Amino acid sequence: MKIILRFVISILTFLAINTVAIAQMQIEITGVGQSQYPIAVTRFLNESSLPTFVTDVVRADLANNGNFVNLERGETEVAENAKPDFSMWSARRAQALAIGTVTALPGGLYEVKYRLYDVAKNQSLGGTSVTVDRNNFRKAGHAIADDIVQRLTGERGIFSTRLSYVVKNAGRFQLMISDSDGQNPREALSSTEPIISPSWSPDGKRVAYVSFESKKPVIYIHELATGKRIVLSNEKGNNSAPSWSPDGSKLAVSLSRDNNTQVYVINADGSGLKRISRSMAIDTEPQFSADGKSIYFTSDRGGSPQIYRMSVDGESAGPASRVSFKHAYATSPRLSPDGKYLAYIARAGGFRLQLMDLRTGEVMALTQTNYDETPTFAANGKFLLYATRVNGRQVLAAVSTDGQVKQILSIPGSVVREPAWGPFMN
Amino acid sequence: MKRYLPKINSLFLIAVVAGLSACSSGVKLDDVEAAKKSATASDSKFANEPWNDPASPIFKKSFYFDFDSYTVKSSDQGLINSHAQFLNSNKNQKIVIQGNTDDAGTSEYNLALGQKRSEAVRKLLSLLGVSDTQMEAVSFGKEKPKSLSNDEQGRAENRRADIVYIK
Repeated sequence: MKIILRFVISILTFLAINTVAIAQMQIEITGVGQSQYPIAVTRFLNESSLPTFVTDVVRADLANNGNFVNLERGETEVAENAKPDFSMWSARRAQALAIGTVTALPGGLYEVKYRLYDVAKNQSLGGTSVTVDRNNFRKAGHAIADDIVQRLTGERGIFSTRLSYVVKNAGRFQLMISDSDGQNPREALSSTEPIISPSWSPDGKRVAYVSFESKKPVIYIHELATGKRIVLSNEKGNNSAPSWSPDGSKLAVSLSRDNNTQVYVINADGSGLKRISRSMAIDTEPQFSADGKSIYFTSDRGGSPQIYRMSVDGESAGPASRVSFKHAYATSPRLSPDGKYLAYIARAGGFRLQLMDLRTGEVMALTQTNYDETPTFAANGKFLLYATRVNGRQVLAAVSTDGQVKQILSIPGSVVREPAWGPFMN
Repeated sequence: MKRYLPKINSLFLIAVVAGLSACSSGVKLDDVEAAKKSATASDSKFANEPWNDPASPIFKKSFYFDFDSYTVKSSDQGLINSHAQFLNSNKNQKIVIQGNTDDAGTSEYNLALGQKRSEAVRKLLSLLGVSDTQMEAVSFGKEKPKSLSNDEQGRAENRRADIVYIK
């Protein structure tokens, strides 16, 4: 008996060590929407034996969205097919109710089924069912939270999308791929040299990035499912700032092969390199417009860095036009997925995240921090993730494009940088 | 080290030929090593890598830049001359020039700014006749700071281009 107990303890110790070895991202919500939609998400039936509670994932996602408040934190399980007590939920001021059931299927699979109700109208709003294995209950939770957001707001939820970011700890750089909330991190690459500028392919299957592992910046494309990668560009000098065309066939990159840093376009297999910017200055950080016809980029051709736009055919097809005017220093342009907004970093007191309405040219500062960097839009265009410093710590931060909802994502004791928010997965 | 490779190869070849002509046992790599050692025995310990010799005019390999400046200081012209002279008389010797910036600003733009610093050094060496095939100008931007201190002294330390001799 003693031996068995010791064996169990040693297994538990082993598991504990493994859990500690993966640094967990902490989320601190520092701002919420002006009005929060009251919803009750009850504990799903039959999930108490699972390694991850689907309900907890759904509740956390809705809290992270910032525009929902969950009124039910209790443990009472309510089945997906139960008849809800609408008068009770109405008395608790819930406007919507989500109830669900987890059912074990043959072959180690589980069906997670949920239903959404409009409490005031005593009416079902529909629901969905997700089948996952034991390792993917978080995925099921994200899919259900996305479904709730879609049914209540008409907007596509982003909880099932993924993030990539770089964690620096004790001289080691790790390129991580995680869920949209920074949880469930998996390491794509580990290096003793810096890794910067990850960029997701539009199909979400590959990430391009710049790695200094050969003592200079070289661009790689990394296939996430297999870990296989190709060198996209290793020209003489710097190879950096990869960014995908909307159809995934090409990337815009910055190379210094012609001595000054200029913008080039290259096919995703590394062929067909073509220089498109033509200046004696720095032209870098290219980004394709949503329609794929223009390239936005940073250039200091006018003396200080500003955002410019040129044709994807290059400056030989027509002169580049300046886009940013409000600040003396503007870098890191990022286009919203619908092409209507431009996020960038401006020196305005500190280095702060700005959002420009491309239709009106109006610019709004989204933060009050001083070291904002590398903004990246969520797939639905409603959130921006960026790197910044809070109380001296290098963290990621998220802000809604209306500036209301704010979160800080951090890993205690580690530097987190270079975020890139992945696309919708179909 | 690379520039001595031809020498090693030819010694190796001689040894191989000698071994073959004698029709005896195979070539011992030790013989090659011994030959190499005796060839450099009379030189100092830095003979292969004079850039590591504190007494050498090319021992200093860092160029510091003023804030927001991408021009090599005129006081560094003598140092540029020394490196150019060495590279011109050692045509097989290759270098990488690594540019760096302080931490003010965003990462990709700083990468390009750091490249302006390494490029400034490269251009001066090129003007003095150093072949383009011997040099590569790259940048670490603000990604690999030498000094982690946030004060002006630390930042000044990071506004720098380093010549790295490839062994």
